[in-house]
Amino acid sequence: MIARLALAAAAGLALAACRGETAPPEPVFHAGEMPAALESWGQVAVSGGRLVLGEGVTAYDLNTALFSDYALKLRTVWIPEGAGPAAYDAREAFAFPVGTVITKTFYYPAGEGGFDEVVRTREAMLHFDGSALDLSGVRLIETRVLVHRESGWDAAAYVWDEAQRSARLSRTGDFIDLTLVDASGAREAFSYLVPNVNQCANCHETDTAEGGIRPIGPKARHLNRDFDYAGTRANQLERWRELGLLEGGPAADEAPSNLAWNGEMPLPAMVEPAARGYLDVNCAHCHSRTGPADTSGLFLEPWEPVGPNLGLCKPPIAAGRGTGGRLYSIVPGDAHASILVHRMESDRADIMMPELGRALADTEGVALVAAWIDQMAGGCG
Amino acid sequence: MNAVKTGAALSVLLLAACGGEDQTRDVSGADRAYQETLMAALLDAEPGDVIEIPAGLFVIERGLSLTVDDVTIRGAGMDETVLSFAEQRQGAEGLLVSGADNFTLENLAIEDTIGDAVKVTDGDNVTIRGVRVEWTNGPSTENGAYGLYPVQSTDVLVEDSVVIGASDAGIYVGQSDRIVVRNNRVEYNVAGIEIENSNHADVYGNVATNNTGGILVFNMPNLPRPGSGTRVYDNDVFENNTGNFGHEGTPVASVPAGTGIIINSNDAVEIFGNRLADNRTGHVIISSLFTAGFSELGVSEDFDPWPEAIHVHSNSYEGGGNNPDGLELQALKLAVAGPLGAFPNVIWDGWVDPEKTVDGELPAELRICAPGEAVLNMDGPNDYADPRIVTLDCTLEPLPEVELDR
Repeated sequence: MIARLALAAAAGLALAACRGETAPPEPVFHAGEMPAALESWGQVAVSGGRLVLGEGVTAYDLNTALFSDYALKLRTVWIPEGAGPAAYDAREAFAFPVGTVITKTFYYPAGEGGFDEVVRTREAMLHFDGSALDLSGVRLIETRVLVHRESGWDAAAYVWDEAQRSARLSRTGDFIDLTLVDASGAREAFSYLVPNVNQCANCHETDTAEGGIRPIGPKARHLNRDFDYAGTRANQLERWRELGLLEGGPAADEAPSNLAWNGEMPLPAMVEPAARGYLDVNCAHCHSRTGPADTSGLFLEPWEPVGPNLGLCKPPIAAGRGTGGRLYSIVPGDAHASILVHRMESDRADIMMPELGRALADTEGVALVAAWIDQMAGGCG
Repeated sequence: MNAVKTGAALSVLLLAACGGEDQTRDVSGADRAYQETLMAALLDAEPGDVIEIPAGLFVIERGLSLTVDDVTIRGAGMDETVLSFAEQRQGAEGLLVSGADNFTLENLAIEDTIGDAVKVTDGDNVTIRGVRVEWTNGPSTENGAYGLYPVQSTDVLVEDSVVIGASDAGIYVGQSDRIVVRNNRVEYNVAGIEIENSNHADVYGNVATNNTGGILVFNMPNLPRPGSGTRVYDNDVFENNTGNFGHEGTPVASVPAGTGIIINSNDAVEIFGNRLADNRTGHVIISSLFTAGFSELGVSEDFDPWPEAIHVHSNSYEGGGNNPDGLELQALKLAVAGPLGAFPNVIWDGWVDPEKTVDGELPAELRICAPGEAVLNMDGPNDYADPRIVTLDCTLEPLPEVELDR
């Protein structure tokens, strides 16, 4: 019955679209198969030169975001009517109900040199006005979908077509050759990787003992910030509670919060929290005591005490060429001698960290972490 | 007919590889289309599936991955089915298997991966059989780190396999429990076989030659679990004299060339019935974390750096110990054995946990025993001031066999 209703709704939408109307898409929870077209989810859709959000779909942003070759990301969350809010958690991703759909659309500002030329920027959510993304100056790449089913979370990537009208399911992943142009006009060619279904798990299987994948971004400390909703600016945790997306937890000013960082070198006093926040969101989903990189003994979650497991004077376990001839993960006071920085700087598949999800080094991220290490007193003796 | 042709073509390729120094296998004529088929088969795999890979030379450009239980990946033989990663553009491993129980990989070759060749994590009942991993340009620091690398797994069997050219360890089992590594050949790796932070391992029937170090039993600090209970027996460990080509900073980079079997900071290790020959530094080395040269600041407080309950007995030794690696060991050899002499068959760095000694001796069950052998005590705790030949004439209870039901 519900499926039939959804079908009817979808058909109605299609008709509406043919008549040139701009009703927002109607979100759909697909409980079994991954549909071939992103449109089937109704989370985002192209309409009138804009990528609009589905009815009841909420956009959000993170304090410090995972680096993915300078791609900008439009993140959304949707919980079906009646499924109830997600439960607050002080450390882990919120406990979202079955039916929840989370999407992340990767895009770049378009360059002037043709379809495959894109602009390097760290200005989060550029061209997004709180309710829609203006596509006139944008190259859409892919939209990843995380869906919470009865059996657990599932992930899929949808790659946008050259017409920038629709996105198709890509199970085996893809390379997309792009050229990144910076403000000075310097061009850098790279192969953007769309992950395959198994590779999604490389980052999202955050507890290898339990198995299965789960969201990484929607945690209190990443979400606890203000966001420009169409017309109003509000704290995301408070707004999510108002919208019925979240229940429980302390008021925003009592909840954990990573430093918001978007590429600028912070004042010296803020370098440490910014760097720890950066390592948290970029590394700690693997480098935790339950994650896939627990084999390394390097743990980068924000509550890890300063010591060997945070990398200080810690010999590598299975780094291979990743050591770069350096002896310890972090040599206090000497970023250049630290394996951590070497692996962040590299774009070689067997050296670079993270292992997946980038073909370029994050220049500003490397500088931030290097500044943090250089600030430390000591050395390894 | 097809199989014969493929075989002939492969042997030509192999000859070509041997003829040219430092040449990676030529893959210009290889099949490039099959990789999509294989990737899809791995993504769509369901429990019970056997993924058969036909004979042939296949180029794989992206790391392969599998996450499903009860899957077998099977080729037509380690010289017939070759997955070449010589043109790999992405992925830190050739094949990454994560969280998949009852996994079997057999009868194929994986060549020239950028990083590790086969990594298997969090699996219960892992079988790797008849697999050849090779970096076809020979030993080089540019080669990937690990050949066959099961980690955080239980009931692990690695048998009848061949690993050549790993810049770290050929066969490396880490942080695992109940392990059998048998009847493999490991050659021209920095470490041939390495058991690290693992419990209950049997390593037997293997041939380890031309590595920097033949067989390693290590514990590293800062990991969730220490290892103990490894038996190394009935192996041929000879001429492991290849210069160390590991990356500085990796644990194996400190292994001297010419090492047969080395234990570092591990406990309850029994080494017996092995045939050791012509390992130029030493046949059996027993050492502590202190000799590995790490910073004390970087070691978790609960780490036990002292090797204890080590039992070396009933091995046969021939040659070796006469030309140790590095100036310091050369000087030490000169001091204890003279210019024409050799180190004894067993070398021990001399570190003992002072908190466990009673009247200067370890309790019987924690001792280092090498009955009937002359042992070099390097006198590490006193800055190598008084290295001397000693005897460690004690015995320990035999360790139990590791039983896997296959």
